[in-house]
Amino acid sequence: MFDVMLYIALLFISFAMVGLVYRVIKGPSVPDRVIALDGLGINLVATIAILSIILRTSAFLDIILLIGILAFIGTVAFAKYLEKGEIIE
Amino acid sequence: MKTNNLILQTATKVLVFIILLFSVYMFFAGHYEPGGGFIGGLMASGAIVLLLIAYDIKTVRKILPFNFIKVTATGLLFSAGTSAGALFFDKPLLTHWFTYVHPPLLGKMSLHTAVLFDTGVFLVVVGVTMTIIQTIGESE
Repeated sequence: MFDVMLYIALLFISFAMVGLVYRVIKGPSVPDRVIALDGLGINLVATIAILSIILRTSAFLDIILLIGILAFIGTVAFAKYLEKGEIIE
Repeated sequence: MKTNNLILQTATKVLVFIILLFSVYMFFAGHYEPGGGFIGGLMASGAIVLLLIAYDIKTVRKILPFNFIKVTATGLLFSAGTSAGALFFDKPLLTHWFTYVHPPLLGKMSLHTAVLFDTGVFLVVVGVTMTIIQTIGESE
């Protein structure tokens, strides 16, 4: 019963990711695509959390923090490139 | 136009220490759990990249006055020295050894020479990554 609930949650997260991928492809401006990619990273964190509950392992919990940090650094670098035209000045 | 990135700089001052602590945790967890020198070095250089994004390259040079090519050389020296050290005890190359020690406050610890080899991997990864990023960032 609990596993069925987890699979339903995975299904809804995958629907949300499909919507974000649509925004990445279709988005009229570049900041729309950057925000959609950031949202994809956060949804990936949720997917890994639910998968590690389904697989009953705690080996993936470091990956969650890792993806959070990498998504933050990537978004900040993209934002600085869009604003100033260079990432490291 | 003078842009003001106060929020980014203040958030960086907090986040860099969290990322560095995470990298040290990943480095020391590598013997029993996922992690190790490679991912620890990559996260440490990720913290330095966040500093480079929030501040400029001169300020980061002042904060961390390292020549990263020499950091790479030190890491290679660590790894080569640890693997060659087994030759002095009539053992084959790359033989590692561990022992149990009892320091005053920490209780029973096992010290393993593989940690020294992993320190070399950590320093090589940090040095190579920061050399690549600083070389690309400096060229006009």
